[in-house]
Amino acid sequence: MEKQIKEILQRYKSDKTRLMDILWDIQNLYGYISNEAVSELSAALNLSKFDIEETASFYHFFLLKTAGKHQIYLSNTVIAKMNGYDEVYKALEDEVGCSFNGVSDDGIFGLFDTNCIGLSDQEPAMMIDQVVFTRLTPEYAREIIEEIRSGKTPEEVINPNMIPKSSLAYVDNMVSTHIQRTGPVFFRQDRNYRALIMKMLGSYPEEVIGIVQNSSIRGRGGAGFPTGLKWKLCSETEVEQRYVICNADEGEPGTFKDRVILTRSPKDVFFGMISCAYSIGSCHGIVYLRAEYWYLKEYLEDQLEEMRHEGLLGDKILGQEFNFDIRIQMGAGAYVCGDETALLESCEGKRGAPRLKPPYPVQEGYLGKPTIINNVETFAAVSRIVAKGSDWYRALGTEESSGTRLLSVSGDCDYPGIYMIEWGITLNEVLRMVGAKDTQAVQVSGPSGECVDPWKDGERIFCYSDLSCNGSLMIFDNSRNMLEVVRDFIEFFVDESCGTCSPCRSGNVDLLHKINLIVDGKATQEDLDEIVSWGNIIKSTSRCGLGMTSPNPLLTTLEKFPRLYRRKLSKSTDVLKPSFDMHASTSVHENLHRRTQEETK
Amino acid sequence: MSITITIDNKEIKTDIGATLIDVAADNGIFIPRLCYMRGKPCLGTCRVCSVKVNGWMAASCTIPVQDGMIVEVDTSEVKDIQKALVETLFSEGTHNCPSCEKSGRCDLQAMGYETDMMVSRFPYRFTERNKENAANLIWLERDRCIFCQRCVNFIQDEETGQKIFSISGRGPSSRIEIDKELADKMNKKQARAASDICPVGCIIDKERGYDHAMGVRKYDITSIRERILKGEQ
Ligand SMILES: Cc1cc2nc3c(=O)[nH]c(=O)nc-3n(C[C@H](O)[C@H](O)[C@H](O)COP(=O)(O)O)c2cc1C
Ligand code: SF4
Ligand code: SF4
Ligand code: SF4
Ligand code: FES
Repeated sequence: MEKQIKEILQRYKSDKTRLMDILWDIQNLYGYISNEAVSELSAALNLSKFDIEETASFYHFFLLKTAGKHQIYLSNTVIAKMNGYDEVYKALEDEVGCSFNGVSDDGIFGLFDTNCIGLSDQEPAMMIDQVVFTRLTPEYAREIIEEIRSGKTPEEVINPNMIPKSSLAYVDNMVSTHIQRTGPVFFRQDRNYRALIMKMLGSYPEEVIGIVQNSSIRGRGGAGFPTGLKWKLCSETEVEQRYVICNADEGEPGTFKDRVILTRSPKDVFFGMISCAYSIGSCHGIVYLRAEYWYLKEYLEDQLEEMRHEGLLGDKILGQEFNFDIRIQMGAGAYVCGDETALLESCEGKRGAPRLKPPYPVQEGYLGKPTIINNVETFAAVSRIVAKGSDWYRALGTEESSGTRLLSVSGDCDYPGIYMIEWGITLNEVLRMVGAKDTQAVQVSGPSGECVDPWKDGERIFCYSDLSCNGSLMIFDNSRNMLEVVRDFIEFFVDESCGTCSPCRSGNVDLLHKINLIVDGKATQEDLDEIVSWGNIIKSTSRCGLGMTSPNPLLTTLEKFPRLYRRKLSKSTDVLKPSFDMHASTSVHENLHRRTQEETK
Repeated sequence: MSITITIDNKEIKTDIGATLIDVAADNGIFIPRLCYMRGKPCLGTCRVCSVKVNGWMAASCTIPVQDGMIVEVDTSEVKDIQKALVETLFSEGTHNCPSCEKSGRCDLQAMGYETDMMVSRFPYRFTERNKENAANLIWLERDRCIFCQRCVNFIQDEETGQKIFSISGRGPSSRIEIDKELADKMNKKQARAASDICPVGCIIDKERGYDHAMGVRKYDITSIRERILKGEQ
């Protein structure tokens, strides 16, 4: 044991900022991170044991105790629940032979659920170890379990023909990339990266920044900050070292566009990162890849290796005085790590708690150095802008929102998948395009965004000043119970809150309590008023974007669909509030009383 | 560089880069707080110091002042939000002041009084959180922890620089852990300092107990508001 851990530590030069990688290597080797392993790391990294556990226990996928030989994580997103999740859930419990959050008696399986794994166009889906199975039915789920129980690895079950993990065919065999509508910007087949990078290196870095600024492109990760300005601010810092980070955490439920870009056009993303590195003066790039996308890792590594081989990455790129290389940093299951400063903490081996700003990452980012963090789609779009010029890009979209946007469409429609739209298109047009019928509600930008009513909002426009969609578009028809959807979303935020600040850590639990009252028919108008008041306190005082948006599912549906709530209000005329539960209220006191009596005995 | 900001319509001259919460205190304007300690790096965890800056709520311990900044502190909206944030901490943990060792020198209790809180508007949860008794000099009464993270950031093992207190888990189920091995290397003075840095009665040094009678406890003698306005904390 000791020898292998030493090797792992050597691999990362006993650098504690690489703790995420070290923990993954240990878990991949032993199946979990044991107390003994933590002790060894503690001595080697000069971190207390509890400090190592502080990081490990933060992430959903790190295991501090054994949890079976293979871990099953069934995605519990609302989209899965609309497509047969419940049946698959039962079939899994039955076939595995334990309840969720348990381990099977034979020790082969640990059974868990997890938030959206970026496969909303092919739910129900589950991860087993580092591979995924999509479009599950109860029968299919049973078959998979049976095969693994008979001795196959999950890898062998999904990939019986042993397609090499580094190939595109391996990824395609596992998940589909439903590109329903392309356009001028993404997924071009015919790109000569060598020539394009050569051409870019012929301009001055300031010129490249100028092109990006003139294109008016804004970040596609959600916040919409002007990309060119971000690069300019970073390039103006007076330091030796700067970093480029690609945010591939893609945690917003319902989004999967970054997965598809990384599958179909990974070199667009890397070229975008190279352009950024050249512009700002950086030698080191990182792709922060969510652990749900493990199955992309070897393929992406191989694509990077190809670029190194062609002299497009590494020392002296195309013979010039420009060194830049990219490594892949795996996440470990935490939505909040999509927030750029939480992502930085995670890259440095810590729990993913968002930092205070200022300083901003362009001033002090990774390891305290100026850092550019952009979304996968932003880098891919920039790679086209740098090649085709800013006028070409600005001609797409609208005056205020230039260019295009990829939508990940899921839910009740005929053609879920990826759609490239130009900014400026209306919601109705999109709904027609995707074959949505009888639509009750559309969740724009995932739980953190807004829920809209096509009857009222159908003519609203996708652009930064109106529907500034972050890529996620979930469609619900009239058969769906939206209050259940809202409850699911609030649960998601309770689950994913990092817990650093009190309004989000505690407030979302209160909101979850409220939505449960509503669903149970025990709420009154006073509860609805409190939701609005408390929700606004959480939004206005939380430390990061997670808390600032977490009440949105409640607040936006209350605004757009007040009838759904009013219908569920209690009609009771009792003097006690309908939410008052006599048993629950007195049992706390009674238990306490009993405990004290027992203790004094 | 000297700049001017406005707090509650009062023009204040100050220096660029100063922190809003300190500028306010130096000018006789009280802003509640639970994680911030003057002179130490800002933690920004409790959000109780939230005020309105140029029309938006912001935690004043995290805000470097800028010329022309317009700040609102003494409005019913801001005060209600601050009070709500204090209330959150009372309903999230379990606080029974009359039987608490920290009563009278507890920042949370004092902020409860300062913000005129009577009862938490949020349902009390009475979550069960296990105590941690193992260390020789220190005991953790987790029911009272408000997750300010002062202990995590400011208390270290003197020899190795390692953390003695840390966090485990995340979100509503996170909790503070104590490294017994390292904690047992602390002397009594250090244990007392750890207990004093905790704004509530979560980190208790075992030998202290109830050391002052009602009426002569820390905040009975000088209120938290006066101490803050004097720049003491
Ligand atoms: C809770 C939270 C989650 C986020 N998740 C992501 C994400 O998965 N991917 C992403 O690119 N940006 C995400 N963001 C936005 C990032 O903080 C950041 O703004 C973005 O990566 C910047 O890149 P861009 O300018 O190219 O959009 C998230 C923000 C918050 C607050
Ligand atoms: S808002 Fe939520 S996720 Fe963000 S720092 Fe606060 S607790 Fe963490
Ligand atoms: S920690 Fe403070 S608020 Fe909590 S019980 Fe003790 S004195 Fe009261
Ligand atoms: S133990 Fe005390 S100092 Fe540490 S986080 Fe809890 S309340 Fe803050
Ligand atoms: S005092 Fe400002 S956030 Fe706690």
